[in-house]
Amino acid sequence: MSDATSQMPAAARPKHSLFEPDARTRRRNAAETRFRFFGASAIVVAVLALVILLASVLGSGLGAFRQTFIHIPITLDATALDKGGNRNPEDMKKVTTIGYAKILEQGLKAAIAEKGLTVDPALTAKQIAGLMSQDAAAQLRNQVLADPSLLGQTIEFSALANGRVDGFLKGRVTLESAARDSNISPAQLNLVSEMKDAGLVSLDFNPAFITSGDASEVRPEAAGLGVAILGSAYMMLIVLVLSLPIGVAASIYLEEFAPKNKLTDMIEVNISNLAAVPSIVFGILGLAIFINFMGLPQSAPIVGGLVLTLMTLPTIIIATRAALKAVPPSIRDAALGVGASKMQAIFHHALPLAMPGILTGTIIGLAQALGETAPLLLIGMVAFVRETPGAPPEGFFDPASALPVQVYNFTQRADPAFVERASGAIIVLLVFLVIMNAVAIMLRRRFERRW
Amino acid sequence: MSAMKFTVSAIAMVAASATGAMARDNIQIAGSSTVLPYATIVAEAFGENFDFPTPVVEGGGSGGGRKKLCEGVGENTIDIANSSSRIKQSDIDLCATNGVNEIMEVRIGYDGIVFASDINGPDFALTPSDVYAALGATVAKDGALVANPAKTWADANAALPAQQILAFIPGTKHGTREVFDIKLLEEGCKATGAYDLFIAASAGADDDAKKEEAVAKCLEVRTDGASVDIDGDYTETLARIDANKNGVGVFGLSFYQNNTDKLKVATIDGKIPTVESIAAGDYPVSRPLFFYVKKAHIGVIPGLKEFIEFFVSDDMAGPEGPLAAYGLVSDPELAKTQADVAGEVPMGPLN
Repeated sequence: MSDATSQMPAAARPKHSLFEPDARTRRRNAAETRFRFFGASAIVVAVLALVILLASVLGSGLGAFRQTFIHIPITLDATALDKGGNRNPEDMKKVTTIGYAKILEQGLKAAIAEKGLTVDPALTAKQIAGLMSQDAAAQLRNQVLADPSLLGQTIEFSALANGRVDGFLKGRVTLESAARDSNISPAQLNLVSEMKDAGLVSLDFNPAFITSGDASEVRPEAAGLGVAILGSAYMMLIVLVLSLPIGVAASIYLEEFAPKNKLTDMIEVNISNLAAVPSIVFGILGLAIFINFMGLPQSAPIVGGLVLTLMTLPTIIIATRAALKAVPPSIRDAALGVGASKMQAIFHHALPLAMPGILTGTIIGLAQALGETAPLLLIGMVAFVRETPGAPPEGFFDPASALPVQVYNFTQRADPAFVERASGAIIVLLVFLVIMNAVAIMLRRRFERRW
Repeated sequence: MSAMKFTVSAIAMVAASATGAMARDNIQIAGSSTVLPYATIVAEAFGENFDFPTPVVEGGGSGGGRKKLCEGVGENTIDIANSSSRIKQSDIDLCATNGVNEIMEVRIGYDGIVFASDINGPDFALTPSDVYAALGATVAKDGALVANPAKTWADANAALPAQQILAFIPGTKHGTREVFDIKLLEEGCKATGAYDLFIAASAGADDDAKKEEAVAKCLEVRTDGASVDIDGDYTETLARIDANKNGVGVFGLSFYQNNTDKLKVATIDGKIPTVESIAAGDYPVSRPLFFYVKKAHIGVIPGLKEFIEFFVSDDMAGPEGPLAAYGLVSDPELAKTQADVAGEVPMGPLN
């Protein structure tokens, strides 16, 4: 043998050394470099897309959280607002918002005169009053009805400014665009500039965007997400309370107890199929079963919650079964070996170990349900809802909206001010999703056990 | 065992809430997306000034709203259907089969339909003939029918700017399309002589069949990309014009009035569309807006009667009201509508 090696001609020896890669190695290395490059560029593209998305949403939506207010002292004329003079809220309700709008108009004029601002003589009284939102009168009325003792006093009132005035302070509306705009004139905006310098007008944080309900086309400045947030929260609660126990129980039975036969095979295949069914199909089902057959009300979170439960169940079942499968059989065997019953082995040992997977699956299913619009379209939740739903459980039956639906709703409005509010609603929706995902990660970390 | 506890509490909750299902106390409205903004404005003011909750207003299109109205009588069906076109006999028949026998028809006013283009583009002064010559699938040329050869608006009418023809018109499911068809395409078809040629070329059995076929031919728009159907709403049309400055779009008057800083409106027959010119009947392309009320729900759903009376009151639908300010052309016969609503007069058979 050794002879044979020593006699081998020098040419048979490898020509290259370890320090000089041959053609094949170079090809392999090049392939790896290429792959790394592709991978890195995929990441760069994904990150860029995310950055562009976030930048555009934040750029156009953050403004929705701040709103222009006109701060003026308002003298609440008791003779005009309480004609009976008995301070009885029932009688005072007869004065409509039109009456309160007049009071606001006088207050604004007085405040402008007091500050000595120059008013373009071409401006009509209606145009000056038009600087304020039509919602201001409703706000003032509600405030007075809630506290009749305010009558006769002069109060400091912060009235919402008209959407175009708000756009002017935010830079969306300019003097040039106002010249072409039939809803606002440059003279009005000049007055606003003066009022701003005099401290009558300012951009402040607007909690009403989070708390109040939707508003009509003529007052985009008053539109808020309160009803949508509550509606989404109610639906998520219903989905969680219904789909988690049903989903987990179904998967435990299927995974641990059910006999392996044709029937369970078929159920398994169908669950996987259901997970892939387009969500609008569940909407049609919900309309037929929950509204037409069971007679539940339209636009109610209970129906939305039930429909989304149907949609989320397959996701949870699949996740739970995968999590149960991932628990090593040795854990169950050990439990059974020391005399535990099958149920004890599952509930005391297998289920706690599968918990992180179950919770992650549940929260991902919930997050998916939170962003769902299509099935809600059919059950009347894509609607103009202004009234805040009541507390549960009655509140589940009150009309409500949902966050993704509200985004869709805002984008369909004619007034350009709604674009900002749609983006603002997207920000709130994203915050909700981030919170839910953070909770999922936290729970997983907490329950995770290694072996 | 926490899963068990969860299940039990969930079932208990559903049971408790199902027994708590109660009578509906809010008005439910669905239908035309053209009427939707007006309905929301009234609903908002109604909720503010009355002791009843703010009605829930849904879109879904005129046809969809009427179909929902005709689903039956009961608290899980809607009370009012908004519609930008008149109810059809098929709707009334559907209503009758589902037990909805008495419907009130309320006309709230008129809506103008306008052509508008990018604010920085050239001016357009259109006539129905121009619209047909630019957008019709088959046009009359030297006494013969030919596939529309026009590339620019100037090809359709030399007085128009030499701008590539690109029109965004409402899709066929919109009520607006019906008005566009009748008031512009059909008129234009007749004015350009294409209608007569269609009749001459028709193989219909009698005159009526020939006319019907000719009208159907008149309503065909070209499919070579010069005319684009928009199935979404006006915001989509606006976005398309933003993206392609050559575009000319069809809008509702109120939408245009809210976006006068971005859009330039075209005249039709030399008339500028305004609330006044439509009310006077000068501007030709307008249509009435309606809502339909299920009479069986009056007295059952709290506030329904008050709401419809409030809707047609002078404070709302009158010429000085907020609806007119938003772009609704007030109905000159509003007083009659108010009386009909107060007397709960159901609509008679369609004539």
